[in-house]
Amino acid sequence: MTTLLNVKDLRAYYGQVQALHGLSFSLNEGSLTTLLGANGAGKTTTLRAICNMVRSTGGIEFDGKPLNNKSTENIVRFGIAHVPQGRGTFTTMTVEENLQLGAITRKDNAGIISDIERMYAHFPVLKQRHTQQAGTLSGGEQQMLAVARALMLRPRLMLLDEPSFGLAPLVVRDLFGILGKINREDKVSILVVEQNAQLALELADQAYVIETGRIVMSGKAKDIANNEEIRKSYLGY
Amino acid sequence: MELFTNQVLAGIATGAIYACMALAVVMIYQAIDHLNFAQGEMAMFATFISWQLMQWGVPYWGAFVITLALSFVGGIAIERILFKPLAKAPVLTNVAGFIALFAIINSSAGLIWDFTIKQYPTPFGSAPLLGSQLISTHQAGMIGVTVLLLLGLYFFFQYTRIGLAMRAAASVPESARLVGINTSWMVALGWGMATAIGSIAGMLVAPVVFLEPNMMGGVLIYGFAAAVLGGLSSPLGAVTGGFLVGIFENLVGTYIPGVGNELKLPIALALIISVLVVKPAGLFGRPIVKRV
Repeated sequence: MTTLLNVKDLRAYYGQVQALHGLSFSLNEGSLTTLLGANGAGKTTTLRAICNMVRSTGGIEFDGKPLNNKSTENIVRFGIAHVPQGRGTFTTMTVEENLQLGAITRKDNAGIISDIERMYAHFPVLKQRHTQQAGTLSGGEQQMLAVARALMLRPRLMLLDEPSFGLAPLVVRDLFGILGKINREDKVSILVVEQNAQLALELADQAYVIETGRIVMSGKAKDIANNEEIRKSYLGY
Repeated sequence: MELFTNQVLAGIATGAIYACMALAVVMIYQAIDHLNFAQGEMAMFATFISWQLMQWGVPYWGAFVITLALSFVGGIAIERILFKPLAKAPVLTNVAGFIALFAIINSSAGLIWDFTIKQYPTPFGSAPLLGSQLISTHQAGMIGVTVLLLLGLYFFFQYTRIGLAMRAAASVPESARLVGINTSWMVALGWGMATAIGSIAGMLVAPVVFLEPNMMGGVLIYGFAAAVLGGLSSPLGAVTGGFLVGIFENLVGTYIPGVGNELKLPIALALIISVLVVKPAGLFGRPIVKRV
């Protein structure tokens, strides 16, 4: 298996405050990796650093190419789709416009149109609401829209920041089922940041646990889920 | 009744100009969250350029198109040079920037073309339209050009990818960057378009108010009134506000004794204040809600 994303000694700063203290991890092509940790551990910062939305030092390589010093909008062009915390919905625009925006860097019009239909097949509720303003969707529907918008890029890697946040347990199950399917069928590598460790570990094949800006544990998701000591001390269940 | 119809039609004609100014103000407000106090002066300067081109023998529509192109480039240049570096600066710094821009453009125009009032031609003529006393051909032309412009902008923003990208960049900049939109250039593009729209307003209104460096002062205040009335967050509101302010101004001037020409401008200001007190988001604007 080839390494798709390689992060080495990543340090990130908000003004004078250091949020990541030399974090290293890697992600294999085709894998579904989860990054777990408590509030404030640095999960979101890690994703933001990958997309250069926060000042950082250290090495970030995607498919062997360095991402440092690339602007956020150019990193997207490598095929990295980021679903930010809070979903980043364009609330004043229609559902369909949100999907078109996901593909704004692509030039193949026919492909975009057929991909929109593909998203409607993945998420039938979006088709029902395609002319509706995205802000009027429920939280779960907006999360589906955010995932669909990210997929419109035809990404090689999808970064998801707490997709379960604020959603009802049943909706979360549904969403995670779809993520697994996307990972297997569309061969999209996924890095998902979660507080809902139990669910994330069921879904993922690889897991990292971070605490105060450092990786404290890594391994196969199954092994971490089965290790009671880790679960109790870091994941709280 | 004829007086009423006449005043309403004339109001729609000047309202078209206010609508353009309001639209230009709203476009920049959407892009950078600041009111461009220099919008009128930029339009005035563009109008002078078109006048100069005509003095050099360029026909009206040629001068019109060249001026639009120059305004577009000029607007982008102003954004890149002056306001991009101020993007993260406090509000007052930006306000100072706009006032400086206002003074610089106003004085430069006076220096280059002096402050005497100049005639400005109209391509539409000023005869009564179709023999009717209700509206002149120039007024009809003002309405016609504005309607074409608005339709063009509607199609641009609704049906082109770049229009979609500009709307996305204005509404949620962070998400726009995450789908790969260069938001910084979208802001510059917004400046270019707003400047070109303002220059259309300047060239259309110049035959009425005559060409001189202070010609847009009153027009811009009405434009602000229109933008505030319609809602600063809504381009559609700005346009509607423009037509409403134009009609309102004329009717008040005609039917309320003692208002006349001198008191028309304070009425625009009174309108701004009333809207801000009664309905701060304007007719079409959405109130800004922040989660805390």
